[in-house]
Amino acid sequence: MELSTISSNLLYASFFLYLIATFFFGGTIREKDAQQKESKAGKIGITITIIGFVAQVGYFITRWIASQHAPLSNLFEYTTFFGMMLVLAFIVMYFIYRLNVLGLFVLPTALLIIAYASMFPSEISPLIPALNTHWLYIHVSTVSLGQAILAVSFGAGLLYLIKTIDQTERTKKTSWLEFIIYTLFAVIGFIVITSGFRLGGYEVTFEVPAEGEAVEVSTVDYTLLPIVGPTDGTLQTQGASGPLIEAPSWMQGEKAARKLNTMIWSLLVGLVLYVMTRLILRKRVAAAIQPKLARVKPSLVDEVSYRAVAIGFPVFTLGGLIFAMIWAQIAWNRFWGWDPKEVWALITWLFYAVFLHLRLGAGWHGEKSAWLAVIGFAIIMFNLIAVNLVLAGLHSYA
Amino acid sequence: MNKIKCECGHINPEGTVLCEACGKPVEENQHIDGNNKSKLLNMRYDGSARRSKTYNKTIVDKIWNFFSSVKVGVWLIAITLIASSLGTIFPQEMNNQSPLPAEQYYEENYGMAGQIYYQLGFHDLYGSWWYMILIASIGVSLVIASIDRVVPLYRSLKKQKPKRHETFLKRQRLFGQAEYASDQDYHTVIEQLKERRYKVTQENGHVLAEKGRFSRWGPYVNHIGLIIFLLGALMRFVPSMYVDANVWVREGETKMLEGTEGEYYIKNEDFIVEMYDENDERFKESIEKQGGSVPKNYQTNAVLYQRTDESLPGVDPELEQVKEGEIRVNEPLKIDGFAIYQTTYQLNEFKTMTFKLHEKNDADEKAIGEFTVDLVDPKSEYTLDNGYRVELYDYYPEFEMKDGVPSSYSKYPKDPAFVFHVYPPGQVEPEVNFLAIGSNLDPNGDNQYKIGITDLEMRDVTGLTIRKDYTLPLLGIGGAIFMIGVIQGMYWNHRRIWIQPKEQGFWVAGHTNKNWFGLKKDLEKVLEGTSVEPPEDQQELKE
Repeated sequence: MELSTISSNLLYASFFLYLIATFFFGGTIREKDAQQKESKAGKIGITITIIGFVAQVGYFITRWIASQHAPLSNLFEYTTFFGMMLVLAFIVMYFIYRLNVLGLFVLPTALLIIAYASMFPSEISPLIPALNTHWLYIHVSTVSLGQAILAVSFGAGLLYLIKTIDQTERTKKTSWLEFIIYTLFAVIGFIVITSGFRLGGYEVTFEVPAEGEAVEVSTVDYTLLPIVGPTDGTLQTQGASGPLIEAPSWMQGEKAARKLNTMIWSLLVGLVLYVMTRLILRKRVAAAIQPKLARVKPSLVDEVSYRAVAIGFPVFTLGGLIFAMIWAQIAWNRFWGWDPKEVWALITWLFYAVFLHLRLGAGWHGEKSAWLAVIGFAIIMFNLIAVNLVLAGLHSYA
Repeated sequence: MNKIKCECGHINPEGTVLCEACGKPVEENQHIDGNNKSKLLNMRYDGSARRSKTYNKTIVDKIWNFFSSVKVGVWLIAITLIASSLGTIFPQEMNNQSPLPAEQYYEENYGMAGQIYYQLGFHDLYGSWWYMILIASIGVSLVIASIDRVVPLYRSLKKQKPKRHETFLKRQRLFGQAEYASDQDYHTVIEQLKERRYKVTQENGHVLAEKGRFSRWGPYVNHIGLIIFLLGALMRFVPSMYVDANVWVREGETKMLEGTEGEYYIKNEDFIVEMYDENDERFKESIEKQGGSVPKNYQTNAVLYQRTDESLPGVDPELEQVKEGEIRVNEPLKIDGFAIYQTTYQLNEFKTMTFKLHEKNDADEKAIGEFTVDLVDPKSEYTLDNGYRVELYDYYPEFEMKDGVPSSYSKYPKDPAFVFHVYPPGQVEPEVNFLAIGSNLDPNGDNQYKIGITDLEMRDVTGLTIRKDYTLPLLGIGGAIFMIGVIQGMYWNHRRIWIQPKEQGFWVAGHTNKNWFGLKKDLEKVLEGTSVEPPEDQQELKE
């Protein structure tokens, strides 16, 4: 078997192991045993998680050998790596706090991230000169680890909110909480719809007026049924149905319309999934989960959330700002250039600095702090994904 | 200054909330940390006397109090955060490659929103005066807030005594009364504290066990790092602190290194572009998807020279070779604090072209004579062996027709065109020949002679950036100190356990600045094997 095949099989294996581990962690909330440390399901859960992690490390190493450079060079590779670091961060936090139920929140997040990553082109790609340096490994892996540890605080924060927010009546808080849950559904929506069309082998091509002057037209391939077509685009594929509407002309970039289309699909499918879930549960999703968390101690969850930030912040600073600046000085001859990715790393850093300062006062412990943990994760994901896909800049390696 | 004398005999500075030595609350100051409203004591700065909480009369007091407030600091960071995000909506002017001036660029590309963006000055947000003020305010806040806290905190931790006031212990978050504890238990606990690497001090049976006090200085150390970093950033406003210059060097050419004031010269021996092999099994699929040809390496093989004579205008420099090396992306060549970066390149610029003159009707195109034109430094006239003379009447290095008139787009020989005047022996009136790549025109249509290209030489041009930055060491030191401070503060914590002997048994109280879970685990371990129950957490969040 070829090395690259072994590599992707290991990744699949780790994915399913995390999935199974999640069920075991789910099983811990049913156990009557009050002592969490004694939980059998929890022990099996963490063991499977570790095996899954080892499998993913195997994926990483084999892919490294196959491509002869660390697999951290495109959106697929580093998003997958981020998922792996998230699992690592979880394992570490697990052994500090032995909080089984945390696995029920962090592992699904890692699963979503890995599944999301696999929607991007996964061929092994060569390194352009700008990336061809050991700083790629140093910088990307440290940032990823830092962000992953910070993301554990999101898992704990979400757990805290679902556990503590009063679900007896609909309030602003319950609505926001449902919104957070809906965004997770939208990610599932993206994965479902992309894999669905991919299995069906769907592809249509549009011809659009080119932006450069060298050629008059260029083409855009759609792998999802076009709801939104490119501005002034003409459908080239025979027998395919055309878009319902065209993208507004102010949207920049040839692929902007396609991205908008993907986003609309994800949101729609996510909405369908969410509404279906609500219909089955007959109550808010968070309200349905809450009773299952009866034995969870909020103060411990709050501590885990804070601790994750306390551990992750220095790592993120080192990777996302200091190593980033050193590399930028070497590669681009300036350590800081206000590139969108740089700015969003700074924003992430400032945000968690605010978080840590607010924690000095008792007023920001508990629920408020949990909301902040969620917002922080949103900023991280925005920088990880949206900045590459939406804002133009030097980090568009996807 | 009204000193406060505590009943334990210790004299505290004005504004003290908890006695530095015994921790007894100073009654009139309890409002400062909000202790009057809560059961537990606010231990944030150990109840030490901070200037900002003590004086608020003069204007200096007010400014000091403003900048020392954590709340103000948080607001400053939050505003900076939001402002920074606004700058990423549209590209910043400095990162913009468009040739359009900013006032047109934003409107044309982003319409109304772009115009508003430009008019608000957001196209240069990070260089705007108000953004600078925000950053500067954060800097001031860092200094003042740190000094306000670190001095009294240091004093307080230095003066603390093992013997604490009862109220102090009772109002700790972790507090327990072990009435049935034996002497044996008491000694076991002290032993186990020592085993867990607590520093134990005793005073008449009162015990203070402490560990990780140095982590309390973490925040102040990291703030110092940040201040040094900001000072470094500030230094960049001094123009002489850094050099930023560009130079284009053709293969074979030696040029003065811009930015070094004529001290260094660089020769481009060879410029190399390598592409990935499209048939490489590893990358085949990906390269195909990207439309072929993915660059692998950009490299200049360079030789560096130093000028050895006094730099005089018009005098050819005397050069001495000092270094030889390869400059690649991510691998700048360094000399004397200067770093030379591979930034850009131009492939296949024409170096020379060789022409031959022949009779127009000669089917064999037998050369009457040949001549070579140096395209960077052409001669105005070329004399051939047998009395023929060719005058270079006009030369367009990068030819284009502009409004029907031939002209040159740039001075770089990328697409040269020539107007030659041919003077056969003895003739006064020249024949006019127009030559460009792929075309050979005879404007008058009655030429007897023709000029053809027989050979050409091409070469690459490398674009290098020269940088020297005196602020880097300062930034590096600042960054390193920040990291040390932040790790010191985050990865260690300051744990204290007090034991107070009573007539029956003893009391136990514990405090940590963070990671209560860890302290509780410590207490469990320390009390193991004794009859003492771990102290209660008096502040579990409402469950």
